[in-house]
Amino acid sequence: MNTAVELKDQIREIIEHLRGQQIVLIPALQAVQEKFGYLPPEAFEEVGGLAGASANTVYGVASFYSQFRFVKPGEHIIKVCLGTACHVCGSSRIVDALELELAIKEGETTEDEKFSLESVRCFGSCALAPVMVVDDEVYGSVTGPKALDIIKKYQ
Amino acid sequence: MNFPEIQSKANAEWKDLWEGDKPLILVGLATCGIAAGGNATMEAIKAELTRHGIEANVIAVGCIGMCYLEPLVDIVKPGRPRISYSHVTKEKVPELIEDYLLNDNPRPDLALGTIGEGSVEGIPKFWELPMLKPQVRIALHNCGTIAPENIYHYIAQGGYSGLSKALGMSQEDIISEMEKSGLRGRGGAGFPTWRKWKEANRNKATPKFVVCNADEGDPGAFMDRSVLEGDPHAVLEGMALAGYAIGTPNGYIYCRAEYPLAVKRLNIAIQQAKELNLLGENIQGSEFSFDVQIMQGAGAFVCGEGSALMYSIEGKRGMPRVRPPRSVESGLWGLPTSLNNVETFANVPSIIVKGGDWFAGYGTETGKGTKTFALTGKINRPGLIEVPMGITLREIVYDIGGGIPEDKPFKAMQTGGPSGGCLPTDLLDTPVDFESLAKAGSIMGSGGMVIVDTDTCMVDIALYFLSFCVEESCGKCVPCREGLPLMLDILERITKGEGEPEDIDRLKDLGETIKAGALCGLGTSAPNPVLTSIRYFREEWEAHIHDKRCPAMVCKDLFHYEILSKRCVACHRCLWSCPTKAITGHSLEAPVINEARCTRCGTCVTVCPAKVSPIAKYTGKGIVTSSEPQALEEVTVHG
Repeated sequence: MNTAVELKDQIREIIEHLRGQQIVLIPALQAVQEKFGYLPPEAFEEVGGLAGASANTVYGVASFYSQFRFVKPGEHIIKVCLGTACHVCGSSRIVDALELELAIKEGETTEDEKFSLESVRCFGSCALAPVMVVDDEVYGSVTGPKALDIIKKYQ
Repeated sequence: MNFPEIQSKANAEWKDLWEGDKPLILVGLATCGIAAGGNATMEAIKAELTRHGIEANVIAVGCIGMCYLEPLVDIVKPGRPRISYSHVTKEKVPELIEDYLLNDNPRPDLALGTIGEGSVEGIPKFWELPMLKPQVRIALHNCGTIAPENIYHYIAQGGYSGLSKALGMSQEDIISEMEKSGLRGRGGAGFPTWRKWKEANRNKATPKFVVCNADEGDPGAFMDRSVLEGDPHAVLEGMALAGYAIGTPNGYIYCRAEYPLAVKRLNIAIQQAKELNLLGENIQGSEFSFDVQIMQGAGAFVCGEGSALMYSIEGKRGMPRVRPPRSVESGLWGLPTSLNNVETFANVPSIIVKGGDWFAGYGTETGKGTKTFALTGKINRPGLIEVPMGITLREIVYDIGGGIPEDKPFKAMQTGGPSGGCLPTDLLDTPVDFESLAKAGSIMGSGGMVIVDTDTCMVDIALYFLSFCVEESCGKCVPCREGLPLMLDILERITKGEGEPEDIDRLKDLGETIKAGALCGLGTSAPNPVLTSIRYFREEWEAHIHDKRCPAMVCKDLFHYEILSKRCVACHRCLWSCPTKAITGHSLEAPVINEARCTRCGTCVTVCPAKVSPIAKYTGKGIVTSSEPQALEEVTVHG
């Protein structure tokens, strides 16, 4: 387990390449999330230090954008597309089925930290609707029962 | 190398590839192709070629638009025309390679069409196919043909000759060519591109910026993604031309984070263009320098709005501001900025090369040229299309889209995403242009077109878009922040069967107020889906409110399932797969659904093997509105 000091050093190293750049704040947050899977609280001060903003401001920006997570996600992230095409093809039933199976709500992580369930608005793969993505693997024409089969592979 | 030298190198490479003595194989590897298994197909092709000892060139190309036929593979055998094959999964690769490349059987049964000169018996012409004949490719002309990660391919197809030509033209000449073309912003608002450039050109404050809006947040739209993945250099060249016209070396692309492949290909493209001095300092020895930086969005729909997008680049919350001043006066960091959409930029190089009049030859009086659309939803041929402006919605749905699956009736077309509206059957003859769609209560938008059939509830889809806008509202102005949730409350009540007769008027009142009072494009257009749905599908709203009935049987609180014992074969698959254990029964008997436990997830319907499903949906006061006539008879029996 990292201590807070080690974590801060690590964050500083991750974002150092943005020093002196014109666009800093959001790319820095993205770099931190890329590394940790979420934004640890220590990130706000460090990113703020580099971008010339208070930790408060950085948190304000981070919380505005849906890409950023503030809690550690599970080992596998399941994203169900709720874009228009997926919606009319029944993607909410995929969410229902997964919520029941994993006993979590959308936006939550299972107790064993195996799965996080998220919804997204459109991957742009609408012709394959409804679409579900596990980690980086895209699955098309998914139904509730098919979704349950898919996640078995990751268990 | 100077540009003519680069061109001749590109042409030689291209000629060698297409007319050389080795077969050429093109694999569609945009996001859609990859999702359909394109990478596995690519691997299988390489493995088969090695196995048979065949030497061939295999390249990854972008999306030609026919997502429903992916994985798509094109084969060009020396001396033969290019043949396009659909659904080439990795399992089909061995037979295709063996039959065509080894035994010279072009397998007409697997082929989609031939592209270019020459023909092959038994295989139709690709561009004569019903879904392609009405299309005109300008913005997408390279997608699916060139390798997006190879700049020489783009150049061999005439790429960067627009920029090269422009370097010998004055800024005014370029702007006037754009004026002749009549190109209007393809992001949705339809502002004339030349006017934006002219104003930015006139503004003498420095530095100025050219920004490309690639924050395609509209759910159900993927035109920009396809262009960026299939032909990234066209966008870069368009941006460089804009930079030249307004007089700035600074370009930014704001690309949504959900498009990692587009970002990757853009980065490669920028690097390659710089190496050939087609971007960077003193392009081709001229005075003009232009550089492009990519900024990835972080997931906020509102950042598609110009001022919000620029705040986001600056590292702030993406909250729109009051306009004027417009961004050509005060944009990024308060400096003059010309913001255009991906597709707008992709059209520019062809306009400069072929002339504004050529472009204006397509389309209508007020809408020149072509427009790309992402055709999705309940349609037989979903995918990406590019059509001349003025084509009717009917031609798009039936000629290009091939109609509705299972021959179900068309119900509505949603254009413009969460800012647009739902257009019913009797507006199918509306021509596609900015004004006609606005008159019908919708908008052109960036190009999402979602088709819905009779299984879609118009109240539910209005609820869907509204909840999207509530989530995405930035919270800055009161009408949008407070008004939209009020509308959403009413809609949620209606879908739960708690609607009141006054609700429709309340929604219209609120909607009109928000439209009049909200600050930005998101707020002023957010009530559109609700208002058009009420305008064209009022009966359906009244059924929900007065009869507590959902005719499409989508709203979960307004319908229930029953198993018709006469049709059930008692296989009990539904019983075993029901996730809430709501189905019970004894062997050899039709099971029964316990309504209180049922969550209407539809799993039972999905797993039921019977041809005529014994699982019927009921809505309202004992009325069944199943589209199946047999089920209706059953209902009478059930009373």
